[in-house]
Amino acid sequence: MYAYDQYDQAMVDARVAEFRDQVARRLDGRLSEDQFKPLRLMNGLYLQLHAYMLRVAIPYGTLNARQMRALADIAEQYDRGYGHFTTRQNIQYNWIKLADAPDILADLARVEMHAIQTSGNCIRNISADHLAGAAADEVCDPRPYAELLRQWSSFHPEFSALPRKFKIAVIASEADRAAMRLHDIGIRMVEREGTLGAQFYVGGGMGRTPMIAPLIRDFVPVDQFITYAEACLRVYNRHGRRDNKYKARIKILVHELGADEYRRQVEEEFAHLLTLGIEPPRAELERIKAHFGPPIHAELPPLTAQAGPSDPAAFAEWRAANVLPHKLPGHVAAVISLKPIGGIPGDATAEQMRVIADCAALYSADECRVMHTQNILLPHVREADLPALYARLADAGLATANLDQVGDIIACPGLDYCSLANARSIPVAQKISQRFAASGKGAALGELKLKISGCINACGHHHAGHIGILGVDRKGTENYQLLLGGSEAEDAALGKITGPGFDEDGIVDAVETVADLYLARREAGERFLDTYRRLGMEPFKEALYG
Amino acid sequence: MKLLTGNDLRTGAVIWWTGSNWSPHVAEAADIGSAGEEIAAREEAARRVVAPYLIDGERGPDGSVRPGHIKDRIRALGPTVRPDLTLKPADPAAGNWVI
Amino acid sequence: MAELLRFRDDEPVDHPAVTVDAFGGQANAAAVRVEPGDDARALIPHLAHIRLVEVNFPAFTDGRGYSAARILREAGYTGELRAVGDVLVDQLAFMRRCGFDAFEPDQPFDDGEVRAAMSRFPHAYQPAAAGAQPIWVLRHPPANG
Repeated sequence: MYAYDQYDQAMVDARVAEFRDQVARRLDGRLSEDQFKPLRLMNGLYLQLHAYMLRVAIPYGTLNARQMRALADIAEQYDRGYGHFTTRQNIQYNWIKLADAPDILADLARVEMHAIQTSGNCIRNISADHLAGAAADEVCDPRPYAELLRQWSSFHPEFSALPRKFKIAVIASEADRAAMRLHDIGIRMVEREGTLGAQFYVGGGMGRTPMIAPLIRDFVPVDQFITYAEACLRVYNRHGRRDNKYKARIKILVHELGADEYRRQVEEEFAHLLTLGIEPPRAELERIKAHFGPPIHAELPPLTAQAGPSDPAAFAEWRAANVLPHKLPGHVAAVISLKPIGGIPGDATAEQMRVIADCAALYSADECRVMHTQNILLPHVREADLPALYARLADAGLATANLDQVGDIIACPGLDYCSLANARSIPVAQKISQRFAASGKGAALGELKLKISGCINACGHHHAGHIGILGVDRKGTENYQLLLGGSEAEDAALGKITGPGFDEDGIVDAVETVADLYLARREAGERFLDTYRRLGMEPFKEALYG
Repeated sequence: MKLLTGNDLRTGAVIWWTGSNWSPHVAEAADIGSAGEEIAAREEAARRVVAPYLIDGERGPDGSVRPGHIKDRIRALGPTVRPDLTLKPADPAAGNWVI
Repeated sequence: MAELLRFRDDEPVDHPAVTVDAFGGQANAAAVRVEPGDDARALIPHLAHIRLVEVNFPAFTDGRGYSAARILREAGYTGELRAVGDVLVDQLAFMRRCGFDAFEPDQPFDDGEVRAAMSRFPHAYQPAAAGAQPIWVLRHPPANG
């Protein structure tokens, strides 16, 4: 994975010093909260429902063991012993003190990490396919391009006060595991006649006006990649709406101009920018690429490799559910579920983070990935090590076998933690997870992506769930709307609301009702989403509202 | 009744105006009447509170203070999904208070 | 405390700036003021005789002025480029890199804070208007140095 050189380190260290100074000026009154707020947000520090919250950037979700251990240490030293992994492949701490924040950033900088641009109206952390470098279907490893974008977007002088936040995802295969078309810019690396380039989809997003990004350019040569991104951003910075916060994302600009007119303006800006020499040279791409070689495994003591699971049936179930193919023979990728039955989706204790770090070091070439589904992937596991890995995870409560099943729920923090939320998300996720675990239907239902948001901002991706749940405030009480038919994958689609909402117990029943209808009506090989698409909304409405 | 709440600038902790000072316990919150905005401005300028705001509250049958909206009740208690991290970790039924 | 902070040696223009709209009709004005919604490119045909462009920031959160500044520098403008309005010291480094070389903030800057802001970041990842070479040039110096 990428390692900082002296320049990267100097930039991050300078940012720590800058933020330390800004916090001091806030605490002694030289900065007002209005002036300080954008500065703290640019360093990932929010004021949340109960305390300050710090969001730490995990570029394209990748961590080594040392970094994961540093995250565990921060959870213990500065927070309350846990952290929350997010749908943007980052981690959030919920109980941070403002006065501690500079020290935390300094601790992060020591392991080549930071919280730069994890909030605020700027280009956010770049996300990528969690299977990058491991997937057999990728045309190239997307991470070098994500890293190029990370450096280009960090401290970009022109794009630090955009109309609104800006999220970019990079993938390199037809299959979309990163919700690419639901980003402000979604990039797919492609090969045309033996030459590598990038498709740019611009203007997707969720929130209160969900949109699937249209294709704006089908092929950007890799040696014009950054220049094209700069053109996309400049048109947005100049012309994105600033009169209404809810209409300020680039999706509204692209929608109002139309994809053709937005494309024309970008092409005009692109032609101009090409004359300025802003593209990093090929040698820089090659330098970055050299950091992303094939996995190099730790030397395992022979006994470790041979240790087997105490419960072979449970191991077989986990292996069938949570282990994915790898492009190298004898290798697999293994998913560590952060969705125990009845647990809080995405939460991990410091102790669990250390177990994950140990497993990454021992079994995955010192690398793990935060997935947008709020799980952790070990990308490079030798098949022979799976039993030992499983045993270690099972001991730590990290071996739930439910990848992409109904229990593998994405949920935003909701009203338990978030000051924007209208309803709690986590208790609903917990009840659904428990309900299906008790009935034993989870495995029979197969792939069923359930996503819950506690407000219309859609951090829980409810628009893109095969089943989505949106929490709303109805006259001061929590109420939940049900959506069906969304997808964040290559068959991207936005879910539709079934009808009137439900209370907390009612929404759990409603999910079971639509799941049962699927089980009764599915044809061979159909996922829930396929059956919904074939049948349409009506039979589901009928079952729900009779 | 009107309550004044906000967060402690340095720690971020949820705090309630008691009439003379700030407290982490909503039970100690005072009915601030119409003086809220003035006190909020003064306390914010003194950097004892960040993001202060006024809410409606009521007194329950036992006389205890109860914020009018569920969001502020969750702020007053802590996350309902982590009873161990709320202000009433020993009371397993504390979460019912927010509903 | 500096009310006008300049990184230039020439004499400041002393007559008031006209709006971009008005400028179109009196192209012999030497000072023009760009508002956030104005198209800075409208000035490009006249850059040779413009000596001062004021870019107004009614709110520091509105970043359109950063693009306006770069567009003017990219077009070869060498006169004074002044950020005016709700301009904060924490934006100074980015504004310098976008090509601003004068600042007239609503609230005067503290000299110590200006020095700290200008010396904070040793490098930059991106090439931009104001001079310094991006990190990728430092990593891959041209062969002929």
